[in-house]
Formats: sequence, structure tokens, C-alpha cells
Amino acid sequence: MFIAGRILSSLLVIAGTLVLVFAILYVLPGDPTDTMLDPSVATPEMVANLKHQLGTDQPFYIQFSRYISDMVRGDFGNSLLNSEPVLNKIIDHFPATLALTAVSALVAAVFGLVLGVLSAIHRNGPIDLIARVVGLFGISMPTFWSGILLIVLFSLNLGWFPAMGSGGWKTLVLPALTLGIVGAGFIVRMVRSSMLDIINEHFMLTLRAKGLSERIVMYKHALRNALIPAVTMVGMLIGEMLAGTVVIETVFSRQGIGRIMSDALMAKDLPVVQGVIFFTALIYVIVNLLVDLSYTVIDPRVRRST
Amino acid sequence: MREAATASTIWQKQRGRRLAAIRFRRFTASNLFVLGAVTVVLFIVACAIVPSIIAPYSPTEMLTDSIMQPPSAAHLFGTDYFGRDIFSVVVYGSRDSLFIGFASVIVGGLAGGAIGALSGYAGGWLDAVLMRCNDILMTIPGILLALAIAGALGKSLFNIVLAVAVASIPGYARIMRSQIISIKGRTFIQASQAAGASPLHIFWKHVLPNSLSPLLVMATIGVGTSILTGSGLSFLGLGVLREVPDWGTLLSQGRGYLTVAWWICTFPGVAITLFVLAVNIIGDRLRDQLDPKKSMR
Repeated sequence: MFIAGRILSSLLVIAGTLVLVFAILYVLPGDPTDTMLDPSVATPEMVANLKHQLGTDQPFYIQFSRYISDMVRGDFGNSLLNSEPVLNKIIDHFPATLALTAVSALVAAVFGLVLGVLSAIHRNGPIDLIARVVGLFGISMPTFWSGILLIVLFSLNLGWFPAMGSGGWKTLVLPALTLGIVGAGFIVRMVRSSMLDIINEHFMLTLRAKGLSERIVMYKHALRNALIPAVTMVGMLIGEMLAGTVVIETVFSRQGIGRIMSDALMAKDLPVVQGVIFFTALIYVIVNLLVDLSYTVIDPRVRRST
Repeated sequence: MREAATASTIWQKQRGRRLAAIRFRRFTASNLFVLGAVTVVLFIVACAIVPSIIAPYSPTEMLTDSIMQPPSAAHLFGTDYFGRDIFSVVVYGSRDSLFIGFASVIVGGLAGGAIGALSGYAGGWLDAVLMRCNDILMTIPGILLALAIAGALGKSLFNIVLAVAVASIPGYARIMRSQIISIKGRTFIQASQAAGASPLHIFWKHVLPNSLSPLLVMATIGVGTSILTGSGLSFLGLGVLREVPDWGTLLSQGRGYLTVAWWICTFPGVAITLFVLAVNIIGDRLRDQLDPKKSMR
């Protein structure tokens, strides 16, 4: 029941997002014909012809139903600049973005969990201080700045990693670190505070009273309880990191869907913008669905309540 | 009986004193931190309000004899390719950056707060509809939503504020709704209902005032988040083109000179980070203050 309910509500949210993405770009000003035709040479007939071709002269409900039926069939429309199908463009560029997001999420989860747990166990000690500083700086630094600092340090001065490009693992290190630090900041803070909440619970006293070793109390019982908010956060962060690649891919001149989105925005190539936004939202919904389903594994209470 | 009572009072007194001593020690150590944060915020806000007092040069003045100078006593943050004093540009640039931060929090917080309050207090189908819409808005990550809106509306300060504000609405709506629902169920609200108060009166006099603090904490931290999103938009080239660039635009302009003049990029970033860091420290303190469980840490 729990699983079926979650899948159904995810489908509803995806349908809603589809409508929202259409609405954002329908309601906002800006005509695609301005992008495709040079206004200084375009005659009114040319504009009218093109509008007819694109279907933008049709009333709202016809445009809307055409858009929905196209999207459902996997047709994201064509780029206004070179008529390339948007979906192909996204699929071509997605692997680079996926690799960046996955490695960043891994960096964030590992750093975040380890530092968060250690800082809660050794509260007010030196590790705690480091964790709190990492947490605060992680959530406070703009990625376009921390990325540039990493380039200056590791690329320009030390020459360890390339400053730009998107081939090979070496080009992935700096961007993934930049994006990962932000995620780690959020996760450290969340894990630390939920571990501290749990350490103060009465059942911890019971566990110690029945003679369990401190290691088992902390790593089996406290950690497992603290994991639930942490996993939720990782799920939400994956969506944010995917979106964060818009900035990172620009800073490090990488190819990816974030980069095509920012390029498309500059060129007013709306179908590409629509496509990337919807694609990102789709992944966000799927990741969060998987996260919700993972609760049934991590937390027996969820299983029983269904 | 009496002896026991006295013993217990003495014990309580001692315990009270011990707790007070612990609190005082915590107070001084962590308050120093918060005090520093408040100072940083006040200083940067002062930069935005009266930049002419703080900046040594005019932000548009081109000192042709000192182009691309590294940081020195004369030019604290160095100079750029036009010979502008970077420190002065950063001081004047705080205006637009802070305006985006504060204005979008006010717009987004009010809109999100109102949606959340209506949803939580009304309940029923209205709540269901509003929250589904909120869920949908949440699936689009903030920076993408802000980018799409700012990109489609065009470059202006107002459009950036609007874009950042809309992207922040779902978060505020969610937190406000859950707080309203938890207050709505308390006994003192039931007492007020039993006494015959109208729903509007109860909402305005009892539910709303008791629900505001989490929203205020979130809004405090939101000033930092908005500045990050806003300067991100500027960095990607959607910022306002003005004579004095905001922090994000200045940083993006300096990127081209990274190999020869690291300071152009570095200092606007330091300004953003310092301000957001300070705002987050203050926000953390406010949240701990509201949560008695955490204030003992």
C-alpha cells in the first residue's frame, strides 16, 4: 500500500510539473519567432508563417494539448536554433552531468556522514569543531567562487588537475569537490543534530544499562536512527546538485545539461530550457521516490505502519 | 516532611546555580561567535547604506596610473583592468546584492507564509490542493526555477528579486503550514473556541503570533540563501548591467583575468561568503534559542 501510494503520488506530481513547465514559459513574455528570425529583416508574412509552423498562433488549449501529448510520447520538441530534437540533445549531454552529480553526491555523503557522526560522538572536541566549520562554510560559500579558488590552487598553482574540460576522471575531481563540499555541509549539520537528538533519548540509556558496548550503542542503534533524516537529505540534495551543475559546468567549462540550459537561456531557446527543467524535475521525483522506498529497508516502523 | 522539603530546596538551589554557571560559560564562548557575526552583518549593511563613508574611492573612478595592482595598503583589495579600486567597488556593490537578498526574502516569505497559513488553518480540500501545488513547485530546484524566470523576464533588479522569491516560496509555505497545524491543535485554542471567539479572531490573535518564529528563523537563513541564488544568477550573466556591478557580476567579470589578477575574483567572493556565513551563524543561534532541547548543548 505504502509503495503503491507513493508511486501514484509521484506520477501526479510529474503530471503537475509538466503543466507548470508549460505554464512558466507560456505566461512569461518572449516570442520564439524573435529568436529564430532576425527582426530587422523579417517581414510580417515570414513571422506569421513561422508562427503557423510552430503552432504558436493556435489558441491556448490546442497548444497545451499538443504539448502534453508530445511530451508524453517523449517528444520534447526541437531546438529553435538548429532544429535538433531536444531529447537527443539532453541524452547526449546527460552522461557527463550524471557522472558529476554522482561523484559529488558520493563525496557529500561520505564526508557528511563520517564528519557528522564523529562530531556528535566527540561533541565539543576538535573533530566537532572541524565538522561545524566545514558545515558552516559548506552552506555559505557560493559554488562559483569556491570552484574558482580550487582552480587557482590546484590547477594554476600546483598543476595537479585541469581547470576545464570534460574528458577523463582528472577533469571530474575539482568540479565534484566543489559541488560535494556544499552537500557535505548540509549533511554534516543534519547528521550531527539528529545524532545529538538521539543520544539524548531514553532508549540509549536502556541500551547501555543492558550492557551493550559503546561501539554497538553508537554505530548500530544511534547511527541507524540518525540515518533516516540523512538519507532524505541526500535525496533532496541530488536534485539540488543536478541543478547546481548549471553553475559548475559554466565555471569548469564542462559539457552537460546544465551548460546547455544556461546557453539556451542566453539564446532564448525555450524548448531546450523547458526540456532540461522537466528532465531535472523528473529525476528529482524518481530519486525521492527511491529514497522513500528505501525507508522500508532502513526503518522497520515504516514497514509496519503500511 | 519539613526537613525533606528544605533539603530538596537546597539541592534545587545548588543545581540551579550549577546550571547557571554552565549556561554562563556557554554564553560567553558561543556568544562571542554570534557577536562577531552580528558585527559583520552590521558592517556590510552599513556599506550598503552609506558606501561613500566607507569606500576610499569612487567605484567608477578609473585610476589610469594603477591598473591591475595587487592588494596593497593603498588598494586593500587591489585594482582591476580599468584601474578601479576593488574594495570600493565591493563596498558599493553590496547595495544590489543585499537588496536582492532582503527584498526576495520579504516577498517570498510573505507569499509562502500566507500560502502555508491559509493551507494549514483552512485544512480540507484547500489544504490538499495548495500542498500538491507546493509539491510540484518543489520538484523544480530553486536555481533552475529562478534561472527560467529571470531568463524569460529579462535583466532587471526587480525580475531577479521576483525569480529568487518565487523559488523560495515552497520552503516557507511548508514550514508555516506545519507550524499552524501544530498550534491549531493545542488546548488553548480549543479553550478560545469554547469561549466563542470567531475563527478569524483566533487565527489573528492566537494561532498566527504563536506560529511565526520558525518562519522568522527560516527567513533569516533565507537572506543568505537568496544572496547565493541571486549572485549565482548574476554570475551566469542574468544580472543587472549597471555602472557599479553587484558581487556576482564583479566575480564573473574577474574570471577572465584569473591567471593574471586573482584578487578581482577573490574579494567579491569573500564578501558573499562572509555575509552568508554571518547570517547562518545568527540563524543557527535563533533556532537553538527557540528549541529548549538544543539550547543545553
